[in-house]
Amino acid sequence: MISTTDLTKRYGRVVAVDGVALEVREGDRYGLLGPNGSGKTTLVRMLLGLVFATHGQIEVMGRPVPRRVHEVLPAIGAMVEGPGAYPNLSGRTNLRLFDAAGPGSTRRDRRRRVDEALERVGLAGVDRRPVKAYSLGMRQRLGLAAALLRRPSLLILDEPTNGLDPRGIREVRDLLTALNEGGTTVFLSSHLLAEIEALCTRVGVMDRGRLVLQDELASLRAPTGRVLLGTPEPDRVVSMLDGRVEHRDGTRLTVRHDDPGALNAELVTAGIRVDEIAPERRTLEQVVLDATTTSSDRVEAP
Amino acid sequence: MIRVELAKLFRRPRTYVIAGLLCLLPFTVAVFLATTRIPPPPGQGGAFLSAVLSNGALYPAAAMALVLPVFLPVSVAVLAGDAVAGEAATGTLRYLLIRPVGRTRLLVAKLIALVVFVLFAIGAVLITSYLTGLALFGSQPSAGVALPADVTSLSGVTITPFGLFLRLLGTVAYIVVSMLGVAAIALFLSTVTDSALGAAMGALAVLVTSQVLVTLDAAAAIRPYLPTRYWLAWIDFFREPVLWRDIERGAGIQLVYLAVLLGAAWANFLTRDITN
Repeated sequence: MISTTDLTKRYGRVVAVDGVALEVREGDRYGLLGPNGSGKTTLVRMLLGLVFATHGQIEVMGRPVPRRVHEVLPAIGAMVEGPGAYPNLSGRTNLRLFDAAGPGSTRRDRRRRVDEALERVGLAGVDRRPVKAYSLGMRQRLGLAAALLRRPSLLILDEPTNGLDPRGIREVRDLLTALNEGGTTVFLSSHLLAEIEALCTRVGVMDRGRLVLQDELASLRAPTGRVLLGTPEPDRVVSMLDGRVEHRDGTRLTVRHDDPGALNAELVTAGIRVDEIAPERRTLEQVVLDATTTSSDRVEAP
Repeated sequence: MIRVELAKLFRRPRTYVIAGLLCLLPFTVAVFLATTRIPPPPGQGGAFLSAVLSNGALYPAAAMALVLPVFLPVSVAVLAGDAVAGEAATGTLRYLLIRPVGRTRLLVAKLIALVVFVLFAIGAVLITSYLTGLALFGSQPSAGVALPADVTSLSGVTITPFGLFLRLLGTVAYIVVSMLGVAAIALFLSTVTDSALGAAMGALAVLVTSQVLVTLDAAAAIRPYLPTRYWLAWIDFFREPVLWRDIERGAGIQLVYLAVLLGAAWANFLTRDITN
């Protein structure tokens, strides 16, 4: 759906995006993770033809961007750096105006599509109040509704859950999962690790303009070859598995072992009781910390 | 997109506030003139003002002369300065562009909306001032309209009401072209900066500078090329016969400014990174 090669954007002497090779496949729920200022938004803007690359190529849905971006934009729903709406008009009127502004929208089914989009994001009962009276969360939902208006096959969302409460975040996550299962490719960026971990199947990590990591979430979180073990008799385990216990914290042990099942059988055969046992997986946080160097908004003394 | 721009224009209260203020100025002047009946001395004050005392049907022309030098260009500069920069500030510019609305198409729609606004504002001023003129000064009983002496320097020339209507039409067309020149300056600046206020201020700075230089004899060499030099040339529509020389030059100058500045705005907007 999206692929870039050596994509670079410089603003003066600042390199905002540096040699990025992004690869988003059809049907992905792709999460672009990175701290504020790591170049996520600039990257998203380049994908949509808003910002022009210094060099490198972009291809979205098989078309070169920005040269033929107008051919693919009608099939893309996007939210870039927060929602945008005319503050003196109601949410409904805003959606109608945006729909009428571009190509490929028929007046006939506009009302129905607007109602549907508002319903999907939980604003079905929204009244004639102007957008300036909306809360941040309502604006965010309106922005999502605008992105969904033409049932896009690709969703590009920059920080979609910004300003939402935990319940709202959960609703958006469920909505995006449902859309994805219906065939929509979802590409979203966030600085929130938990959000990406809960929603995405594929992860890219940006660090100071570079894409330092890009992989399936499942393989990033593959078992590490260690087993986390909880037992009321840690001393017996340590003496039995001599040298294979890597870490001990009270009654919880980290054991080097490939197969938790076999280890469990081994311990139980020896008459050792086991409270809990599970393969150790790297958390996404660990993966990200390993891949990135320093916080981008840190300013060190020279 | 043009329909959307017009919907946005006429759904904003400020459109009506500006038009209302524009109508209010000639009305206020008319009230003072009608109650005191003191005409400005010949050669001073707004054009046509002494003439309207005897014929209210001429008041629309006087109203144009009142709003044109300052009020109308200020409102056009404010709206045109807001055209692109304002969209950028509300965050709607990027959503229009990814809708997608072509950048050229967006600029054209903005320009057309500005023309419609100028026509709307002028129309409102003409209608209200015509009614004000008739109500406060009365109309001449005869079918003909005498052209005022201070303008034609030939007293007693009479034109038909239809002739007056045609001359007013020519005036409106000429003013629209002049205001398009103002709009082009502000629109160009609007594509350069993200501050609507900055763009409007920049355009006004250009106009004020030009107005000052027009009156400066030391700047006589560049006078014919200043954007505001021929702004009041539409008064020549009310001479008998119509004096076309300044009207033609004024329209020509505005069209050149329009072409150059719109070209610059287009080139700048088309290649610009949208980062707001």
